[in-house]
Amino acid sequence: MTASTAPTAAHGDGHAHGGGHYTTLGLDHRKIAIWTFIGSECMLFASLISTYLIYKGRSPEGPFPHTAWTNPATGEVFKPILNIPVTSASTFVLLMSSLAMVLALAAVQNRHTPKHTLGDRILGSSKLWLWATALLGLGFLMFQAYEFTSFIHEGLTIRTNLFGSSFFTLTGFHGAHVTAGVIWLLTLLAIDYKRGLGPQDALLVDIAALYWHFVDVVWIVIFTLVYLIQ
Amino acid sequence: MATIAAAPPYTQTKPVPAQTGLWSWLTTVDHKRIGALYLISGLFFFIFGGLEAAIIRAQLATPNGRLVTADMYNQLFTMHGTTMIFLAVMPMSAAFFNFLIPLQIGARDVAFPRLNAFSYWIYLLGGIFITAPIFLWMAPDGGWFGYAPLSTKAYSPQHNMDFWVLGLQILGISSLAAGFNFITTIINMRAPGMSLMRMPIFTWMSFVVQFLVVLAFPVITVALVFLQFDRFFGTNFYTIAKGADPLLWQHLFWVFGHPEVYILILPAFGLVSEVLPTFSKKPLFGYPVMVYSGILIGFLGFGVWAHHMFSVGMGPIADAVFSLATMLIAIPTGVKIFNWMATMWGGTIRFTVAMKFAIALVAMFTIGGISGVMHSSAPADLQQTDTYFVVAHFHYVLYGGSIFGLFAGIYYYFPKVTGRFLSEKLGNWHFWISLVGMNLTFFPMHFSGLLGMPRRYYQYDAGQGFEIFNLMSTAGTAILIVGTLFGLINVIKSWKGGAPASSNPWGAATLEWTIPSPPPDYNFAEIPTVKSRYPLWNMADGEPLVHETTHAEEAGRRIPTSQELGIVMPNPSIWPLITAAGLLVMFCGLLFMDSSVPTAVGVMLLGTVWWVGALYKWLLTPLEDHH
Repeated sequence: MTASTAPTAAHGDGHAHGGGHYTTLGLDHRKIAIWTFIGSECMLFASLISTYLIYKGRSPEGPFPHTAWTNPATGEVFKPILNIPVTSASTFVLLMSSLAMVLALAAVQNRHTPKHTLGDRILGSSKLWLWATALLGLGFLMFQAYEFTSFIHEGLTIRTNLFGSSFFTLTGFHGAHVTAGVIWLLTLLAIDYKRGLGPQDALLVDIAALYWHFVDVVWIVIFTLVYLIQ
Repeated sequence: MATIAAAPPYTQTKPVPAQTGLWSWLTTVDHKRIGALYLISGLFFFIFGGLEAAIIRAQLATPNGRLVTADMYNQLFTMHGTTMIFLAVMPMSAAFFNFLIPLQIGARDVAFPRLNAFSYWIYLLGGIFITAPIFLWMAPDGGWFGYAPLSTKAYSPQHNMDFWVLGLQILGISSLAAGFNFITTIINMRAPGMSLMRMPIFTWMSFVVQFLVVLAFPVITVALVFLQFDRFFGTNFYTIAKGADPLLWQHLFWVFGHPEVYILILPAFGLVSEVLPTFSKKPLFGYPVMVYSGILIGFLGFGVWAHHMFSVGMGPIADAVFSLATMLIAIPTGVKIFNWMATMWGGTIRFTVAMKFAIALVAMFTIGGISGVMHSSAPADLQQTDTYFVVAHFHYVLYGGSIFGLFAGIYYYFPKVTGRFLSEKLGNWHFWISLVGMNLTFFPMHFSGLLGMPRRYYQYDAGQGFEIFNLMSTAGTAILIVGTLFGLINVIKSWKGGAPASSNPWGAATLEWTIPSPPPDYNFAEIPTVKSRYPLWNMADGEPLVHETTHAEEAGRRIPTSQELGIVMPNPSIWPLITAAGLLVMFCGLLFMDSSVPTAVGVMLLGTVWWVGALYKWLLTPLEDHH
């Protein structure tokens, strides 16, 4: 650790956010808290995903995710519900948002390095990459809104059957996390416009990025287990 | 840098935030005051839950009791369990986490002081939300583990279980927020030199508990979300006709519920592990093993949940695995029991009230532990499950364990919290009457249970051999109430009128005893550097082990203020309370789902705007003034 984190006991160190204060690990408190939070969130999504998998194939009535179903009472035929090409596209969008997030953090950290070329200026623009992250996240949410409405048109709601309940709840929880992340990113953007995010604020962006990447990783798991594996 | 230069300089003349009055309590972010709030609220709910139990016991005193109806009885036992677990024992443990963790690790507060205040307020509001309906005869009535599908709309159509589902969600937020806060505090705010293996054992056990909280609570959150969606939005998670698994709730609930058992007991274990060494004048025997066994209990606690479900027919493989895993937990727990005894062995024992409660924990918990090992065996459990034998078991570990441990902690730490001793005389009455009352209440339940008396029945017929045991249990409850009253009177009388205490009245060894009683807001004038596990016991150079101080020695000593010392303390804030209130409004909105969806959506939107707005205000206000 650097000298700035060495204990200088008499001057009120060892409390508050750890920004500039002595901390045992030399890390800011918020960094540890966000990892703890992510650990907790893992259990939340583990429970949601387990329930989805336990209930997969248990529903006596359709529509079903991967197979067609004919309603024995009405003779109505339902296509397999999941639209894998569209969701692959939305997954790509979300993955790209993580890339933009990495660039946003780098831009904030390197705010004061001199920028000579157009490439430097583009890569060094925290506003550009925060906007890109937020808009790609928003794009993912619009894909999800499209997906949900088309499923409802095809005859699957959260009330229809076990698949509908567990699918909408799981993906809806993920969507809610993306929404919270987008709001978080927009808040960072507002701060950036107000006073400019510099290296001293890197932690603010860093913890948002950790959350964002986590939500992204959860989606990769959901996409694999819910959409790809039949 | 420019931003710092532009900030207003910290001035010594800034008015000191008020230390008294209602507003100072509503806005406090001081971990010690929040600890006091937790303790008082926890004690209040402990008495409330005790009165519920008293009505239950009065109903069961004689065969075919007619004091309450079956419906009311369901509400009483549900709320007794819910209150004692979520509103009494957990908050009283949280009182000690709050008060002690920063003091034991040499810190000035927790990592996030305002989040800490938020945890308390959301707990209090959630507690009121889940408790108040009992006055309208609308309290939750599905048992404290609220088995679905019984708790779904089809079988519980009234609002009763709505309060339970939403109330538990609200209380979960409190525990989770506190969990993140304390883990960060313990990892990152230890004084220089305090390695993990020099941490006081209470802080260690609290550390384990916080991990259990942050990993177990999300699981019940999901189970409750499913139930909430089933009840309010018509989903099918627990609708058997739609293909739902009737065991889903049970699995999810007990994946949370069993770690919850250790969330309830480990803080008490930590407290007696502080009390026993001090009053034996010996270091804790086998400190590393005590730490490892605490971690192992927490770890194994996640692998035994299905022992609550032996009677549902999971098959021989699952039953055998969960039986064995459960028996395994007896090993680290037994290690703790023997280490406590070895700590006392050969020590110079002082039988204070705190010490008596601690020793009683060792004895009573062992009884409850032994009956626990009995029903870890699946065939035995089939005979015992849902009978009073199980009720006897978990009251021995929860009353004889958690509650006695917390009482030991209250008697031990009261001088540190208030600067005054609790009366040993009243305390002795409290202890002995409670010990007799507790055993008279719960020991006969072993017999009524093995005779086949089921739990949660509001009446029983005469002539089955249950009468005498039930009468004994009810008499024991009356004695227990008298004993608790002595404790209560003791706390009230001693809060202002107890004998004054010094910094280290018991001659204890850890950092919290190096600072004045009660501690100043900044705790430590100088952050200490820690060189051993027992900083106040100088064991290396042949000095006397114990450094007791007396009040007379410290009389006249002036404690400087934080301003005189130039210590910047966090500013008080009302926003945690306002944020918590907004969340409560949001959850209340769901109660209108049945009557009017627009009203429900409106109230939820109002609550959301409210708490999000308050949260932004909170986050944009700096915690403390700049240097």
